[in-house]
Amino acid sequence: MDQTGQAYWSAVLGLLGKILAIWFVVSFGAGILFADALNGIKLGGYPLGFWFAHQGSIYIFIALIFYYAKAMDKIDRKFDVHE
Amino acid sequence: MDLQTMTYLVVGASFALYIGIAIWARAGSTSEFYVAGGGVHPITNGMATAADWMSAASFISMAGLIANMGYGGGLFLMGWTGGYVLLACLLAPYLRKFGKFTVPQFIGDRFYSKTASTVAVICLLTASITYIIGQMTGVGVAFSRFLGVSSEMGIYIGMAIVFAYAVFGGMKGITYTQVAQYVVLILAYTVPAIFISLNLTGNPIPQLGLGADMAGTDVSLLTKLDQVVTDLGFGKYTTTTAGSTLNMFVYTLSLMIGTAGLPHVIMRFFTVPTVSDARISAGWALVFIAILYTTAPAVAAMAKLNLHSTVNTAVMKGGDIMAPEASLQYEERPDWMKRWEKTGLLKFADKNGDGRIQYYNDKSKNADFNAKAEAAGWKGSELTVNADIIVLANPEIALLPNWVIALVAAGGLAAALSTAAGLLMAISAAVSHDLVKGIFKPDISDSGELMAGKISMAIAIVIAGYLGLNPPGFAAGTVALAFGIAASSLFPAIMMGIFSKKMNKEGAIAGMIAGLAITLFYVFAHKGIFFIKGTDFVGAIGGANSFFGITPEAFGAVGALVNFIVAFVVDKMTKEPPEHIQHMVENVRIPRGAKAVDGAH
Repeated sequence: MDQTGQAYWSAVLGLLGKILAIWFVVSFGAGILFADALNGIKLGGYPLGFWFAHQGSIYIFIALIFYYAKAMDKIDRKFDVHE
Repeated sequence: MDLQTMTYLVVGASFALYIGIAIWARAGSTSEFYVAGGGVHPITNGMATAADWMSAASFISMAGLIANMGYGGGLFLMGWTGGYVLLACLLAPYLRKFGKFTVPQFIGDRFYSKTASTVAVICLLTASITYIIGQMTGVGVAFSRFLGVSSEMGIYIGMAIVFAYAVFGGMKGITYTQVAQYVVLILAYTVPAIFISLNLTGNPIPQLGLGADMAGTDVSLLTKLDQVVTDLGFGKYTTTTAGSTLNMFVYTLSLMIGTAGLPHVIMRFFTVPTVSDARISAGWALVFIAILYTTAPAVAAMAKLNLHSTVNTAVMKGGDIMAPEASLQYEERPDWMKRWEKTGLLKFADKNGDGRIQYYNDKSKNADFNAKAEAAGWKGSELTVNADIIVLANPEIALLPNWVIALVAAGGLAAALSTAAGLLMAISAAVSHDLVKGIFKPDISDSGELMAGKISMAIAIVIAGYLGLNPPGFAAGTVALAFGIAASSLFPAIMMGIFSKKMNKEGAIAGMIAGLAITLFYVFAHKGIFFIKGTDFVGAIGGANSFFGITPEAFGAVGALVNFIVAFVVDKMTKEPPEHIQHMVENVRIPRGAKAVDGAH
């Protein structure tokens, strides 16, 4: 792989790392591992940990995918590999 | 108009719509048959993916499971949606760039091996066929409950409808029918939920209603529910986990990886025009899925509250929940209970002979509660409620008009038929493209392959129908198996194919087989070899859930881990993949040069 190709791929992996870190933190972190601790905080009538498991992580997943799609388009253009 | 006529009318109209679309969208080439011509708009594809993905289980059973499990039910919600993040970032755009018709074709080409592709075909067929059995039985059940025809008749009608649009339309017919089916099923799911949320909390949006106060009070709905269920001896709704925290963690991960690895879902992303569209389309798919998945927990909690308040007047009015007159008199039960008693999904047994219904947790470990229940003369919970009732009878429990109940019937059928069609597509593509064209008859013409695709689709429908009519005794365990297979074999193989340039065929094949074998071993140990009763050998592995308390349904993630480890070890011991394969991987990683999907080998 040439220089640009490698730079492109590491930019992609960097973005993936960030996306998957958030993906992990909201679902496995806030929704499962730290749910009990977060339940002390209330979001309206929702205990926060319960909210992450039943609602919040899903909304954040959606935001993550759209952010990812946008950021990837930007990276594609920057390295001139877009369609 | 009476309920029966109304139901016939609504379901009939939805079927007429599907057939109309089938006539409009006939497939004339293999490209139209496998990938709908490759020109599907990302939002359209997202909607079709959502219908494809949301099965009879999501529509009918999930809310009931959540109602029973409480907080722990979140594993289905997170697991079945979080997989789309993995799909969008790790698989869909690269497989779209690769530009072939099927998942086994990617595995076969990337690992330069017909063995790898054959192993992938076997995994795909096992996962898809086990999954489809549940859909066909779902079709039969929905017909028999709502339309008063026998379950067999229901399956025949379902087969005929799917045949009409899947065989003639292929992916093109399926895609546009799924869009219509999505609209039907999402209306059917949300309309009752809106009514019920409005009733209980005064807020028409169920997602907000679940976090709101009970109408006319300053107690939140979840606090109220927590209090009611603990008064009745159950665990607190908002904190009860599914087994241990570790099991919930692994279970969620298994469902996510399994979702991302299911071939009938992955295939949908071959139908969009560009790589960029594949990414954005996964986002749209999740938006459409989330409309149902964020409504489901509201339906679960609200239906649970409604059910308890129906059988115990003290739930809403306050007062002593164990007072004799608080329990509903069996003779005065509402009509919907009578209707569902006939189906056997709701059962009453008057254990203490007082003619009233006591519905509580008679297996509570709380000694205080047990003493109180005994003092009140309660001799065991007298109502058995099948989880499926939560969605199916929900509009009736909330006393909603007949057209809403009819709509739920059409929605349940739409959910089952759309998933069945997607699975049939994955099966027929694997047979006609990967087996017939890929291995047995590489020189087959385009029109010959199209015919082979249609014939294998027709045969798959007959097999699915047969299995739906004679469900092997293991129908309940099969969805777990489908996810286990997708998670432990297909997902790691595809991911390594993209993210590791050096992964070779020996590693990939060994990984797939090891992941699959260990998952099957653990599942079969609990549920019997090929689910045959009496052949389980759970004693031999040290008792049920002996692997750190992980249930067999949750084991797919462990299988995937084994797959990765075995693949990397074998890869290190064998020689690198050829130069041109490494170039191919580099090429798959960049979007430029994506062409229309074709099937050329």
